Amino acid sequence: MALMASTRREVDVPNYPVWLMVLTPFLALVLQSLMTLHFPRFDYVDLPLLVAIYFGITWRNPIGGGIFGAGIGILQDAITQHPLGVFGIGKSIVGYLAASLGIRIDTESFFTRLALLPVFTLLQSVVVWGLERRVIEQPYAWIWWQEGIRAAVNALLGVMLFALFDKARRRD
Amino acid sequence: MESFLSRYKNPLVLLALLLVQVIGLAVQVRRPSPGAGDAPGVRLIQYWALAVVTPPERLAHFMGYETGHLWSSYLDLVGTKRKNRALLTEIDRLRLEQAGLAEQARQVHQLQALLGFQQKYIYKTVAAQVIGASEADQSHLLILNKGSADGLKQDDAVITPDGIVGRLRQVFPHTSLLLEISDETSGAGVLLQGARLQGVLRGNAYGQPEIRDMLPDSRIKPGAVVVTSGGDQIFPQGLPVGTVQQVIPDPGHAPLVNVLIDPAANLDAVEQVLVITDTGNQMPQQEQQDIATSELDQEQQKASDILAERLPSAIDPEAPPEELYTTTVKGFTVTTPLQVLTPPLPAQPDQFTPGATPPASEMTPGALNGPIRQGTENMPPPKPAPQGTTSAGVGAGAGTGTGSAGAKAGSQGAAGKPKTAGTTLKQGSAAHKSNSAAPGGGR
Repeated sequence: MALMASTRREVDVPNYPVWLMVLTPFLALVLQSLMTLHFPRFDYVDLPLLVAIYFGITWRNPIGGGIFGAGIGILQDAITQHPLGVFGIGKSIVGYLAASLGIRIDTESFFTRLALLPVFTLLQSVVVWGLERRVIEQPYAWIWWQEGIRAAVNALLGVMLFALFDKARRRD
Repeated sequence: MESFLSRYKNPLVLLALLLVQVIGLAVQVRRPSPGAGDAPGVRLIQYWALAVVTPPERLAHFMGYETGHLWSSYLDLVGTKRKNRALLTEIDRLRLEQAGLAEQARQVHQLQALLGFQQKYIYKTVAAQVIGASEADQSHLLILNKGSADGLKQDDAVITPDGIVGRLRQVFPHTSLLLEISDETSGAGVLLQGARLQGVLRGNAYGQPEIRDMLPDSRIKPGAVVVTSGGDQIFPQGLPVGTVQQVIPDPGHAPLVNVLIDPAANLDAVEQVLVITDTGNQMPQQEQQDIATSELDQEQQKASDILAERLPSAIDPEAPPEELYTTTVKGFTVTTPLQVLTPPLPAQPDQFTPGATPPASEMTPGALNGPIRQGTENMPPPKPAPQGTTSAGVGAGAGTGTGSAGAKAGSQGAAGKPKTAGTTLKQGSAAHKSNSAAPGGGR
């Protein structure tokens, strides 16, 4: 099966420079805030989510992916009016699942990424909506067409961003 | 047991991670009191997040602002004088408008004082720059570059000159989080100015402010002005909020309606805001002085209007102010420029022009001091009729017309007959003669 991680190269855990590991989530948070200020429609993009998915699928470590997602999600929550943990929980689940899938299937293929990214984006939206409306009972609307646009935009931007990240990583 | 843990290590860690966050959510949602802020731990995490995000945002804003400031303040000065003149004219106009409203305002204040109504005036504002925005959609939060070190407090109202923007949700030493009125979790007491209907303004899912759950009323029409009611104890009364854009039925609470508001402030491009840090019940000293100045201006305007009616074009608006004078109006010292009124020179001087008439000591009773104008001096002289070709009709008409005019001029101009009038008389006489001499002319 073409999608299975069958070769030695595909199951290798890539190694990233430390500066990139620190700088990427930091840059994602800063850029998300700055770009949304100057281009209000940029809020369809979720750069921290894309970073959490990328590190999840390439690390292939579910615990690491979950913790990384929780960390970046809580920092994201801190700069919203949501209580801390809404995006943290959403990104924990996404990071964990991305890492779990990274073990089983080949996530370096362009088309695999293009298929996975909208699914993860929608999954996070469902988790956030459920927490807001059902758990903490805060106003949060589910608008299908907006979620569709968000999934598509993140998928397209994500595959381009992932290609850039791929160039920066080192292999043993 | 050990094999269970090792086998399900990953899902167990995920469950623990989620459990911790859910407990954290529960702690945050259940606040000790309605007005209390976030828990210290939450504030600490928010502070860390802002400490990570805001330095590059401040740097980016500083670079962009300084570049723009350099350009607009030192390089792009085309039209600055024209703009300045236009602004000065507008200030004068607004002062007069303010003076017109001052008396009404004073009466309202007296009535409010009688009724014991506490009006809030804005005493102090702090200007702040917006350096960042929220990290997620359906979250209308902005990051300001000022904090508690600059005198900002939680729940301070934030405005622009156009209208209200929101309130401060969190205040840190050098940074604040501003919750916009377009957010679903925000709230502001508002009033439809014409209909005098009150409501609560909130954002909807699309990020547009709306007044929810209002009773249907025919007075709620698109374009109606909405202002703050002051009932929320955050925004002072009477600040502009926006205008009614549309009235839509509330699907969950029929027959109530939601009123969509077009905000007065441009919430999508807020760059600089004013945070209201101090309010009070007395009109600020500066405002009182402005009104006094406006009233004095209005009095001067009335005087100049009367003068302008009596002496048209006597006031030269382009004349520079020559000196200043100071007066006291209701306890306030007001200094205004004094304009010396000089009548403009006439296009055609006559005996009424200042300086053209000799002094009374040199005048003789009954004597004329100058030529008498008839009013026909600037008229072109009529062409003389060709001799020998005059028909009876034409000759009679021309002779009668010019002859009568000439006779009239001659009778009036006995003493100082103008040259043109004399010429007309002669031509009329000649034409009359030619008419009578023409064979068959009078028959």
